Amino acid sequence: MVGAACAFYAARAGLRTVLVDRGPVAGGTTGAGEGNLLVSDKEPGPELELALLSLELWRRLVAEDPGLRTAVEYEAKGGLVVGSEYAGLAALEEFAARQRAGGVAAVGVDASELRSLEPNLDGGLAGGVLYPQDCQVMPALAAAHLVREARRAGAVLRTGEVVTAVRRAAGDGGRVLGVRTSRGDIHAPAVVNAAGTWGGEIAALAGAHLPVLPRRGFVLVTEPLPPRTVRHKVYSADYVADVASDSAALQTSAVVEGTAAGPVLIGASRERVGFDRTFSLPAVRRLAAQAVGLFPVLGRVGVVRGYLGFRPYLPDHLPAIGPDARVPGLHHACGHEGAGIGLATGTGHLVAQGLIGEVPELDLAAFRPDRFGAEESG
Amino acid sequence: MRVARVRMRMRKPVGSEGRQERGGRAGAGAVVVVGAGPAGVAAAVCAADQGVRVVLVDSAVRAGGQFYRQPDARWGARRPQVLHHGWRTWQRLTARLDAHLADGQVTHLAERHVWFVERAGGDGFVVHALGGSGQDRPETVRGDAVLLATGAYEKVLPFPGWTLPGVVTAGGAQAMLKGGLVLPPGRTVVVAGTGPLLMPVAAGLAAAGARVGALIESAGPGRLAWGAAKVAGHPAKLAEGARYAAALVWRGVPVRTGHAVVAAHGSVRLEAVTVAALDAEGRVRAGTGRRIACDALAVGHGLLPHTGLAGALGCRIEETAYGGWGVAVDGEQRTDLPGVWAAGEASGVGGAELALAEGEIAGRSIAARLRGREPDRRGCAAAAGTRAGLRAFARVIDGVYGPPAQWAERVGDDTVVCRCEEVPASAVRSAVAGLGATDLRSVKLLTRAGMGWCQGRVCAPGVAGVAGCAWSPASRVLAQPVPLAVLAREEGAAP
Amino acid sequence: MRLRRTTPQGLVRARPGPGFEVTLDGRPVPALPGRTVAAVLWEAGVVAWRTTRDGGRPRGVFCGIGVCFDCLVTVNDRPNQRACLVTVSAGDAIRTQEGVGDAGGSGADADAEAGGE
Repeated sequence: MVGAACAFYAARAGLRTVLVDRGPVAGGTTGAGEGNLLVSDKEPGPELELALLSLELWRRLVAEDPGLRTAVEYEAKGGLVVGSEYAGLAALEEFAARQRAGGVAAVGVDASELRSLEPNLDGGLAGGVLYPQDCQVMPALAAAHLVREARRAGAVLRTGEVVTAVRRAAGDGGRVLGVRTSRGDIHAPAVVNAAGTWGGEIAALAGAHLPVLPRRGFVLVTEPLPPRTVRHKVYSADYVADVASDSAALQTSAVVEGTAAGPVLIGASRERVGFDRTFSLPAVRRLAAQAVGLFPVLGRVGVVRGYLGFRPYLPDHLPAIGPDARVPGLHHACGHEGAGIGLATGTGHLVAQGLIGEVPELDLAAFRPDRFGAEESG
Repeated sequence: MRVARVRMRMRKPVGSEGRQERGGRAGAGAVVVVGAGPAGVAAAVCAADQGVRVVLVDSAVRAGGQFYRQPDARWGARRPQVLHHGWRTWQRLTARLDAHLADGQVTHLAERHVWFVERAGGDGFVVHALGGSGQDRPETVRGDAVLLATGAYEKVLPFPGWTLPGVVTAGGAQAMLKGGLVLPPGRTVVVAGTGPLLMPVAAGLAAAGARVGALIESAGPGRLAWGAAKVAGHPAKLAEGARYAAALVWRGVPVRTGHAVVAAHGSVRLEAVTVAALDAEGRVRAGTGRRIACDALAVGHGLLPHTGLAGALGCRIEETAYGGWGVAVDGEQRTDLPGVWAAGEASGVGGAELALAEGEIAGRSIAARLRGREPDRRGCAAAAGTRAGLRAFARVIDGVYGPPAQWAERVGDDTVVCRCEEVPASAVRSAVAGLGATDLRSVKLLTRAGMGWCQGRVCAPGVAGVAGCAWSPASRVLAQPVPLAVLAREEGAAP
Repeated sequence: MRLRRTTPQGLVRARPGPGFEVTLDGRPVPALPGRTVAAVLWEAGVVAWRTTRDGGRPRGVFCGIGVCFDCLVTVNDRPNQRACLVTVSAGDAIRTQEGVGDAGGSGADADAEAGGE
């Protein structure tokens, strides 16, 4: 997704762009995502600023092209974060107040209003906060259609092609000359590393240390349900704590949402277990229990499918965006953890600005790719 | 919601955490056999003969699998054998099963749908199933070992009209006949596709009173003659084929080889099919199309193994040496995961007799390995010989039959390829041409083909063909839908 | 020749026990013990009992062994049951099913209750 957005904005900026992927479009973490475009889970700070920029860019994209809006299943459905008296409603309200100061629309909702917003929610919830800016897209379609738009603007797509080396000059500060792939050399004065969870490997090919690591997540998919069974992205207040957590242990806080196609998605376990693809029943049980806790009506609904993906995260939970001071010509756009779909547009836009020498719209200091130093200290 | 739990452990192992080999245990241990078809029952009986406790878990009311599917016992069918091949073999096997059910060595949990097999640390397995008429009553069964004898289902490649009511799989028509003693509504059935299943299906339907309008086999006479010459060393198999052929002649069923159903017609249900001759490349010969009025079409293009439980466990799935895919097994039917065996169609499609031989080998291996011993080679020799011969036969069969090479060309853009999500072929083609899909997973993500109720079990080979990409069994974590409340409330593996 | 009127039951010389009634959309349909919903409906001459979500197309039995989910039907108010797997009991209320079959229960009620957003 992030690579698609980078290619899209680079091609739109008039750059000759080649998009290389070892698999198909949306073959990595994008295809295992839920399509969250969220501000609700972001603390005030650089990531929230990036999220707000990205949401605005998403909004502009689909406003310019209503066909795209349908094609990527863009829905400005809003997020609804709920809490019980025991589970942090007070903390949630305090968090929302800080977010408002950072430019987020956050509307406090009491127990009775919850029921009118989400009639199938459990009656025992004390209240919540509505985030009207939260949106949803179908991630694989979003990536594929941005790639298609990029190709219309002149970009070249090369799938099934593995980057085996990043070519650098002997002198000239070792600046980037392009990449070597399984099918030959591609000459370019700039290389953007948008390899997601595998971004550390591409950085290493260029001789730069970037400690991107996988954080596994499971998503459950129900049988198709009547429209509007679940109307918003609904999750419990615990989710925000989980997203920001440093713990390696399993954390689950179910995010429940309907989809344009009918099934309800229940997402977001978080575990640091490397690239282990084994199905974990405990993780899935907790997701299921929390989803039924939020929406008791889902109890008798069948889960037809589960899938897993590996979120790319960096130690400080912020992505790496922009030029790498250590390797002239190397730019990074990876490490967005579970927010890559939402943050893709802003990331692509900022990277393209860097590629054409414009001053980026946001200060990229917090996202500096070389902030983790050399490997030994990483 | 009631959570039943069946414990079949001979004794609680002490200090065996993480131990892979179970040598030195006094008891023979317990095995959970998933699937009570020929392979599962053969394995259960052989393992039980040697003192292993067996829990046989199966989705049907009665043991038999698809091949030996029978009507409800209360119907008192006095001649069940007329719908079956090799009935006496099955009778002998079920007599042994009944003896073990009586002496308590085997427990048969019928009407249980297994949705997941969980590794319980280094200490055996937990098989998760759903029972009850609504399949919402969770049950777990523990075992020291698991045999996956999950069988196969039918592959059907798409063609215009294949979603009309009245179009059923050949195996489905046979299952409804064997299990429900019922024929498809209407008068005339056409049986079509390719593979060795078509003849017994046509013969069975005709014997049971259906008017079989035609049997349409896409393999040409040349292939069939080549196959007949190659299987000269299997006189019993040749005789079986000849018997079905004679039965079809006797019932007046026209047989067309080198032909295919190229379209099914009807508005709200099937009314007719168009049958056409194929050339050597599998393309339709111009001007040969002929319409046959019919009420039902029983169609199939071969069998696919149920590898879902094995895949979710992490067992390797591979192409077998005798055609198609299956759970990878060694000479003892062991998968690459310690404690997990696979036998029958699940480890490679080759028919019921092969399943019986593989089941016997697996049952003997399980009994020996649970005691930490090598299986007795001499005891397995006969079954191993049978297995080798039948795998060689399966390889020939695989060479004879196979969908016509050019079938995907005949799938029109507006033909639905994914039945659940109603995805037309055009969507698949444009995902490949315009959106950068290059494999089955990206086609699914970009079109929803394979994302519906059946999770691509039915449509994946067809979608792959239309997309022009490779098919292999997909990894699915759940073998069947599980109510969210069951997932939420199950306590699971904790002893 | 008696061949012309052979039935599956006659072929295997089955003597099913006494039958009972179930209903399909309220209409009585004869049933035999041990049969699946799909077999009962086929015997009654019914070939389709579901319409699809998008196209509203009719569907009935396809795979016959629980793999394809084409034969989904509502039995005793439980939607999305596979007709080829569910064994009938006397008095079962079988209902044809449209689209998602109201899985999840209260989607429609919920809309009415909320009165829009």
